[in-house]
Amino acid sequence: MIHSLFLINCSGDIFLEKHWKSVVSQSVCDYFFEAQEKAIDVENVPPVISTPHHYLISIYRDKIFFVSVIQTEVPPLFVIEFLHRVADTFQDYFGECSETAIKDNVVIVYELLEEMLDNGFPLATESNILKELIKPPTILRSVVNSITGSSNVGDTLPTGQLSNIPWRRAGVKYTNNEAYFDVIEEIDAIIDKSGSTVFAEIQGVIDSCIKLSGMPDLSLSFMNPRLLDDVSFHPCIRFKRWESERVLSFIPPDGNFRLISYRVSSQNLVAIPVYVKHMISFKENSSSGRFDVTIGPKQNMGKTVEGVVMTVHMPKAVLNMNLTATQGSYTFDPVIKVLTWDVGKITPQKLPNLKGIVNLQSGAPKPEENPSLNIQFKIQQLAISGLKVNRLDMYGEKYKPFKGVKYITKAGKFQVRT
Amino acid sequence: EIFELKAELNSDKKEKKKEAVKKVIASMTVGKDVSALFPDVVNCMQTDNLELKKLVYLYLMNYAKSQPDMAIMAVNTFVKDCEDPNPLIRALAVRTMGCIRVDKITEYLCEPLRKCLKDEDPYVRKTAAVCVAKLHDINAQLVEDQGFLDTLKDLISDSNPMVVANAVAALSEIAESHPSSNLLDLNPQSINKLLTALNECTEWGQIFILDCLANYMPKDDREAQSICERVTPRLSHANSAVVLSAVKVLMKFMEMLSKDLDYYGTLLKKLAPPLVTLLSAEPELQYVALRNINLIVQKRPEILKHEMKVFFVKYNDPIYVKLEKLDIMIRLASQANIAQVLAELKEYATEVDVDFVRKAVRAIGRCAIKVEQSAERCVSTLLDLIQTKVNYVVQEAIVVIKDIFRKYPNKYESVIATLCENLDSLDEPEARAAMIWIVGEYAERIDNADELLESFLEGFHDESTQVQLQLLTAIVKLFLKKPTETQELVQQVLSLATQDSDNPDLRDRGYIYWRLLSTDPVAAKEVVLAEKPLISEETDLIEPTLLDELICYIGTLASVYHKPPSAFVEGSRGVVHKSLPPRTGSSESAESPDTAPSGVQAAEQPAVIPTQGDLLGDLLNLDLGPPVSGPPIATSSVQMGAVDLLGGGLDSLMGGSGSFAPAPSTAVPANLGAPLGSGLGDLFDLTGGVGTLSGSYVAPKTVWLPAMKAKGLEISGTFSRQVGSISMDLVLTNKALQVMSDFAIQFNRNSFGLAPAAPLQVHAPLAPNQSVEISLPLNTVGSVMKMDPLNNLQVAVKNNIDVFYFSTLYPLHILFVEDGKMERQMFLATWKDIPNENEAQFQIKDCSLNADAVSSKLQGSNIFTIAKRNVEGQDMLYQSLKLTNGIWVLAELRIQPSNPSFTLSLKCRAPEVSQYVYQAYETILKN
Repeated sequence: MIHSLFLINCSGDIFLEKHWKSVVSQSVCDYFFEAQEKAIDVENVPPVISTPHHYLISIYRDKIFFVSVIQTEVPPLFVIEFLHRVADTFQDYFGECSETAIKDNVVIVYELLEEMLDNGFPLATESNILKELIKPPTILRSVVNSITGSSNVGDTLPTGQLSNIPWRRAGVKYTNNEAYFDVIEEIDAIIDKSGSTVFAEIQGVIDSCIKLSGMPDLSLSFMNPRLLDDVSFHPCIRFKRWESERVLSFIPPDGNFRLISYRVSSQNLVAIPVYVKHMISFKENSSSGRFDVTIGPKQNMGKTVEGVVMTVHMPKAVLNMNLTATQGSYTFDPVIKVLTWDVGKITPQKLPNLKGIVNLQSGAPKPEENPSLNIQFKIQQLAISGLKVNRLDMYGEKYKPFKGVKYITKAGKFQVRT
Repeated sequence: EIFELKAELNSDKKEKKKEAVKKVIASMTVGKDVSALFPDVVNCMQTDNLELKKLVYLYLMNYAKSQPDMAIMAVNTFVKDCEDPNPLIRALAVRTMGCIRVDKITEYLCEPLRKCLKDEDPYVRKTAAVCVAKLHDINAQLVEDQGFLDTLKDLISDSNPMVVANAVAALSEIAESHPSSNLLDLNPQSINKLLTALNECTEWGQIFILDCLANYMPKDDREAQSICERVTPRLSHANSAVVLSAVKVLMKFMEMLSKDLDYYGTLLKKLAPPLVTLLSAEPELQYVALRNINLIVQKRPEILKHEMKVFFVKYNDPIYVKLEKLDIMIRLASQANIAQVLAELKEYATEVDVDFVRKAVRAIGRCAIKVEQSAERCVSTLLDLIQTKVNYVVQEAIVVIKDIFRKYPNKYESVIATLCENLDSLDEPEARAAMIWIVGEYAERIDNADELLESFLEGFHDESTQVQLQLLTAIVKLFLKKPTETQELVQQVLSLATQDSDNPDLRDRGYIYWRLLSTDPVAAKEVVLAEKPLISEETDLIEPTLLDELICYIGTLASVYHKPPSAFVEGSRGVVHKSLPPRTGSSESAESPDTAPSGVQAAEQPAVIPTQGDLLGDLLNLDLGPPVSGPPIATSSVQMGAVDLLGGGLDSLMGGSGSFAPAPSTAVPANLGAPLGSGLGDLFDLTGGVGTLSGSYVAPKTVWLPAMKAKGLEISGTFSRQVGSISMDLVLTNKALQVMSDFAIQFNRNSFGLAPAAPLQVHAPLAPNQSVEISLPLNTVGSVMKMDPLNNLQVAVKNNIDVFYFSTLYPLHILFVEDGKMERQMFLATWKDIPNENEAQFQIKDCSLNADAVSSKLQGSNIFTIAKRNVEGQDMLYQSLKLTNGIWVLAELRIQPSNPSFTLSLKCRAPEVSQYVYQAYETILKN
């Protein structure tokens, strides 16, 4: 099981270590540093590294490497999932998962890690339970604590720990009972030079914010549940009900959580809401090139495409770029060779265009590779897959909750090859 | 600072105490040593404030080991806390207890633990279950004696699913160190319990239960199906580890289901979406998922055959994800999707990342070989890529085109001209070798083949072995095809290979060709230009039995490394090999061979060209890239060579060195099976007349006793070990003016009991200015006394003039015995068994040998390589040696190709010898 955890920042300092069994010397991280050096880019450090006596499984999140040490055969996914859960918990507790936040709250971090893992076995990883065991730091509470001398550690057994619904605590009370669902869909796509779709799929999630008193039992149904053939559920969902009736039936956790995530695969036609016309070329032996990109709306179901941003990793030989944008503003970072064009909203009457000259290093050979364009956008009030919530029913409680559903479509990994 | 904290800890105010403990913990986390505060912190333990208690527990766990006596002070509080009315405190106490890894306390913990295992509160029970595993780790015997294992087994039937999950987890962990014990003996009843618990426990518990289920062997297909049905819902879990563990169970039990069953088809369909979903997760998860998908695709290609597109590479994927995706794309490539795949690969070949581009180019070649219909398009794509003139792209393309030639002979030779244009830009051995192969193979169609090959010959000695061997073969081919104009060339290469090279393989091959050509040119033609077997489509499939074993390890580290755990998990004592369940009788008959893809695969297998390492029999070809001369040639020529060698034809081969020791008849079989480095080369080394017949390294003689100190007698000498006997080789020189006689020698007691096995015999008196060489046999049965340094030997030599004393240091390797090769399993177990404190690490600097050379060199001195492993480009050698007094020394030698300094880790129960073993290593390797 998980032996130890080291947190390492980008400059290679180990700023926190925690051991659940015997102490493993920091020197084990040397193997990690070795791999890191080899990988050059922080994102490219391999997640599983073997050393003579241990295995190092790591994730990279929020500029921190979470490096865990294991000694026996352990499912690596289990470790990686757990590490992400640790990072999520820090985020949840401190508002951000950063080196400073962790260092400022080092005692809470230590208490949390102790609570999350026992002898390498996960113990309590649900944020609801953890929050009952160890209260998150707030300015108000620290003031109150210092006056009254009370502590931020709960002294009763969290109810969720043992019940069949570990994700919900008992005795929840709200004056305003509300249930919100956000249907968020991201389009992952690769568009080739000629504008045809090489690959496209939709990654959707339903994130919920449920503030309901007592033990509500909810049923959420869809207009077109057949769209959902590849779904991952929060443990609260009754799988049998879904199998037989295609209804999501569950007792929700309290607060924010991800209810389901789903994938609408490339077999179904995925609508692509924008198109890009591009002309990027480098002249042989002239140390310059042309750049001309236009973005326009495509199958957008009559909604406005907004928040459009294009980023391009230009080839190494590019020195700078002289461009004019008909809309929005652009920046080019000559150090990392990244061009960012913040377009904003697309109005079909006047399509945004960015065009001009690319200056190459003199004497450098004509770049072989053509840069890919990375596009981000947002469409409010639309789930591009067509998924629609039909109704939400509540059982088990008497009050009438306020219900709300919001749809949004975004670009995920949306790449246009040139 | 410590002082201040101490004062605060002993303060009366609770608040102040708590703050102080917090400060202590904070400094502990950043690695400061605050162990001096131990008694003060432990004093704070008896409190009803839970937070304070938790903090103190945290501290205890960290420092108890360094202060075992103090830790006993805490025992009472634990025992008391285990009876607290608050279950949270009871659980906390039992949890912390197990984390205090002090032998002395453990026995005090048994009673409270027993109580907690039967606690009424399930939260306490589930915590106690884990505590058993902790305790087992510290003192396995105690846990067994106390009967905790049985209690743990009972917990599998507990009413609370969380308790069940933890009991399973604890048992699995214990079972890992006890492979023989049947701790997790599952029967249909307990399986039922587990399946029920599976639905209700936490995500982590589900992983433990699923992993445990995967080890169960259902009694028939019906049971397998019912388990599968109950596991399938887990595929929709948000936790990817749960999903993958469920996939493992399904992949394993599916093996038992009949393929005609409707359910079988349904199951196949259900497996695809969750696997694809894993690819939308974070890159780290994707990587592990992809490694597993790679296995699944090989075992059951039908599952993902329609999902090719999800493996298309995005430009901002991390490199490790890109490479894995590419691999799977090729495995899924088929006639139906080849156009898409090729378009993608061509796109990738223009990316920035060199490693990725190379692999993409290689992938195009593999597609050509795999999907015959696409070969033409692949070749033209490769030609396009060659036109880009990007150096590494061109080189990769040439390497794969060579493979395409081997698969489709006489079809694409028209491109040779284009290839030849790029001859000058090739600077990598593999590409050069490939190009040379092409020139040699098609010599009759290339007008200036002789010029091309001749141009390579100029720098023959600077080429890598691979290229040298290839060049040798190519020129011989050329000669056989165009004998008239190339006679000079062939003679030149043969003499270069046989006379000017110190590479045994090259010499060997050179001699074989030479003899072939000179004795029977017709036979030579038949052998060298024989029809080559076609290479088959997949060149890197995992061998089917290994694949089946790996399928049982889906989701584990083994699946990431594509190696069975026995190959890399340390200390796994007698790992149980897992295997897929056999299909049950009823379904066997229903399955016709041509509908079973696994059957087809197995049938294809023999045609697969094994990767280099697997070709044991193919001695000559081992070192080359893909074969120059096909296997049949190789084997026949080996036989010829070997027969000749033994038949006494050696003299002609060896030129001058005439004095050949009796033919080592036993050495031949050994050599045939031995790894290449020592293979045939050894034969030559033996006959080379160096004089060291399988002996260990002997240092040059040094002066031990200068004449000034010994009234004119000068003694120099060295130690050697040959075939099991140690000797001291002495030179006695008389630098006095009188005759010396009556020599005798005696050793003082020493660390390893070295003593003369025979008296010192100097037959004639030693005249002035005369010297005599004597080899004094030694044994190790003398009296033992520990010396400092350990290898110090004090010697007394007497002659007619006086008695003289001197001391010398003997190299430890003379004590390394011949049977010092440890069993692999033994080695792993011993390595783990020897405590880490006994490990010593050394640097061997400035040694430029490669791993094979190192291990053969060391083997000469009885340091035996047990296993070799390549980890990220570094070679790890695992070695053992035994001293005359039975002490085993285990070594791990890390060699980085680019770095001339090696890292040597030694483990031994008598750590004081390590330093001298290291010295021995250094002397052997540097000479």
